[in-house]
Amino acid sequence: MFKRFLWLEWKSFFRSASVGKNIGLKVLLIFLALYFSVAFLVLGIGLYPLLRETFPDKDPLQMVNRLVLLWVVFDLGFRFMMQSLPVLDIKPLLNLPIARRKAVNFVLIKSMYSFFNFLPLFIIIPFGIFCIYKADYGTWNLIAWMMTMIAITQCVNFLNFIIKKKFTDNLKALIPAILILIVFAVLEYFEIFEASLWFGKMMNFLVINPYLTIVPLILVFALYKWNQLNLTSKFYLDAGLKEKQKDANTHDFVWTKKFGTLAPFLQQDLKLIWRNKRPKTTIYMSLILLGYGMFFYPNDAYQEFEAFYVFVGIFMTGIFMINFGQFVPSWDASYYPMIMSQNIPMKDYLASKALLISISVVILAILTTPYIYFGWNILLINMVAALYNIGVNVPILLYAGSFNKKKIDLDKSPFMNYQGTGATQWLVSIPLMVVPVFIFWLFDFFIGFEAAIIGLAAFGVIGLLFRANLMDYIVGAYRKRKHAMINGFKQTGE
Amino acid sequence: MITATNLSKIYGGTKVLNIDHLDIPAGQSFGLVGNNGAGKTTFFSLLLDLIQPSSGNIFNNEITVSESEEWKPFTASFIDESFLIGYLTPEEYFYFVGELRGANKADIDNFLSNFEDFFHGEILGRRKYLRDLSKGNQKKVGIIAALIGNPKVVILDEPFANLDPTTQIRLKKIIKELTENKETTVLISSHDLIHVTEVCERIVVLDKGELVKDINTSEATLNELENYFSREVGATHPEEL
Repeated sequence: MFKRFLWLEWKSFFRSASVGKNIGLKVLLIFLALYFSVAFLVLGIGLYPLLRETFPDKDPLQMVNRLVLLWVVFDLGFRFMMQSLPVLDIKPLLNLPIARRKAVNFVLIKSMYSFFNFLPLFIIIPFGIFCIYKADYGTWNLIAWMMTMIAITQCVNFLNFIIKKKFTDNLKALIPAILILIVFAVLEYFEIFEASLWFGKMMNFLVINPYLTIVPLILVFALYKWNQLNLTSKFYLDAGLKEKQKDANTHDFVWTKKFGTLAPFLQQDLKLIWRNKRPKTTIYMSLILLGYGMFFYPNDAYQEFEAFYVFVGIFMTGIFMINFGQFVPSWDASYYPMIMSQNIPMKDYLASKALLISISVVILAILTTPYIYFGWNILLINMVAALYNIGVNVPILLYAGSFNKKKIDLDKSPFMNYQGTGATQWLVSIPLMVVPVFIFWLFDFFIGFEAAIIGLAAFGVIGLLFRANLMDYIVGAYRKRKHAMINGFKQTGE
Repeated sequence: MITATNLSKIYGGTKVLNIDHLDIPAGQSFGLVGNNGAGKTTFFSLLLDLIQPSSGNIFNNEITVSESEEWKPFTASFIDESFLIGYLTPEEYFYFVGELRGANKADIDNFLSNFEDFFHGEILGRRKYLRDLSKGNQKKVGIIAALIGNPKVVILDEPFANLDPTTQIRLKKIIKELTENKETTVLISSHDLIHVTEVCERIVVLDKGELVKDINTSEATLNELENYFSREVGATHPEEL
C-alpha cells in the first residue's frame, strides 16, 4: 500500500502543471540541504573538543544537555516556518477500498523521514561517539542518550504537525502557547526559574539511568497516536463543512468606492482575503512578522552593517507583498476563465492587484514607525525600503506572477493543504530582498549613508515614474500566457 | 454576429474541432448538439478566447476574439462552475457582474426581481456563499448572471443539465423571452434534444468536431435528430463518408 501511495506522489509531482519550476527549486533545496548537512556535521565533530577547550572544568555532555530545551524551542519555531508537511490529496481515496488509517499512517510515517529529522543526527551521532570515547559515561548510557535525542527530534516533528494544524484552523489557539513561552523566556532571562537548567538535569539523570529512554520513546508514540486520531477523525469530506454552517459575512468594503474603476476589483480582493483561510493567514503572518525587527535592532552588532537593516525593512514592509503578490493570479485560479471572459480589461485587473499590494506596503510601513525608538536611521531605511517595494518589487512580483500556472485551492479546508507554505516560498523572495541590500551597500560603501538612502529611494521613484510602462509590459506578458494559465489552473492537486 | 472560418483545434494530433465556415446571424437562437467529445465546449471556449485555435479565426461582431478584448463588453457566458466566485454570496456575485457591465445595485435588484420564481427562494437572501450551494443552484446563479446588462451575445454550455424539471421548464421560458425580440444572439449546447428543439430556431449537430447537420427548427426537427442519433450507433462516421 505504501508503494502505491509513493507511486501516486511521484506521478503528481511529475505531472503537475509546474513541474519545471518544482524541479528547479528541488535542486536548489538539495544544495541547501547539503550545505546544512556539512555545517551540522562539522559542528557535531567539533563540538566535544570545542567545549572541552573553552570550558575545561565543565562536562561537555551536561552543557549540551542544558541547551537541549532551547534547541527544541528553536527547532519547533524553525520547522513551523519552513517544514512542508507531506500532502496527500484525500478526496479521490475516500471511496476506494483504502483503510483510513493506512492513508493517515502514510502521511505520518513519511513525515518521520523529513530532512529536518536527519539534520540533528549530524550533531547527535558524532558528539555521542566522542562522549563514548572521551568521557567517563558507559557506552550504553550514551546510546540511550542518542536514542533520547532522536526521540526528541521526532517529538518535535509530530508536535509541529499538531501545532501547524491548529494554527491553520484557528490562529487564536496559538496565543496562549506563545504567552506561556514568553513567560518561560522571561523567567529564564531573569534567572528566576530556569527551565532549561531543569530540563538539562533531567537529561543528565537519564544518562545515568539509561532505561529511562523509554519515556521519550513513549512520548513519540503518544504524539504519533494523537496525530493519527486527529487526522483519522478529519478524514471525511465534510470535515471542513462544520464551520461553514456559519452565516455568510456580507461586509461590503464601501470605502473602496474612492478608487473609481478599480473599486469592484479591490472589493473583490478584500473579500477574497477575508473569506478564505489561506489568504487570511497571510494577513496574520504580516502582523506577526512586524516583530521581526526586534531580533535585530536591539543588537548593536548590526549597527555596523546598516545594509542589513534594508533587508529587515524590505521584509517587514513587504511581507504581505511577498506572500500575496507571488501567488497572483493563482488566487483567482478557480474562476480565472470567468475573469478572462467577463468584461474585465486585463490592465484594470492587474492595476487593482498592484494597488492592493501597494496599500499593504504603506500600512505596514506606518506600523513599523515605532522602531524609531532604535534610531532615526532605522525609520529612514524602513521608509525607503517601502518606497523601493512599491516602485520596484511590486512590478517584479506581478511580472513573475505571469509565469504562475498552479492553482491555489481557496475552498479546500486547510486540512493537509499547505500548498506553497514550505521553504520554496521563501526562496522565491530572496532576489527581492538581496538586490536592494546590495544597492544600498554599494552606495553606502563608496559614498555614504545619505547617498545610500537617496540611491535606494531613487530606484523606487524611477519604478513609480515608469509604473504605467511597466504595467503595459506586464499586461502583455499576462496576455501572452493567458491560455497556458487557464489550462494550468484547470489542473487540480499539488 | 458570429462567424467562424477555417476554425480547427488540434490536441496532440487529434482534430477535436474542424469547422470550415459557420455564420450565426444577430438575434438568432442557436443550438449546438452532439455526443460527448463532439467539440461543443471546445467551440464555446474558442469563442471566449479561453483556448487558442490551431487554425482559422472566430469573429464576434467582426472582432477577432483572439486578438482584441473588445468583444467582452457585449458578450456574456456561463460555461461551468469555474465562472463562479465561490466565496461570494449570490447577491454579491450579481452586483459584481453588474458593476462590470455598468449596472448599479438598484438596477440589479430590479433585474433579479424578474427571476424570483426561477430562483425558487433558494438563492437570494440565504446568507450562503456560492461554494456552499448545490450544483443546481450554482448553475441558476451562473445562468442569470450571464443575462445581466443586456448582452448582445449569450453563451450557455449545457444550461439544462443538473437542473430540476421545474427549473428546466422555467429556463426554457426565460430563453424564449430573451430571443423574442431578435436582439440577443443566444448560443446553447445541450444533450437534451427536446429542450434544444423547443428553444432554438437553428440547430447544428457536431460529430467528432465536424459539422454534420445544420437544421432550421421545424415540427420535424426533433424526429430528425432522434433518428440521426439512434442511427449513428451502427452507421459509418461522417469522415469516412
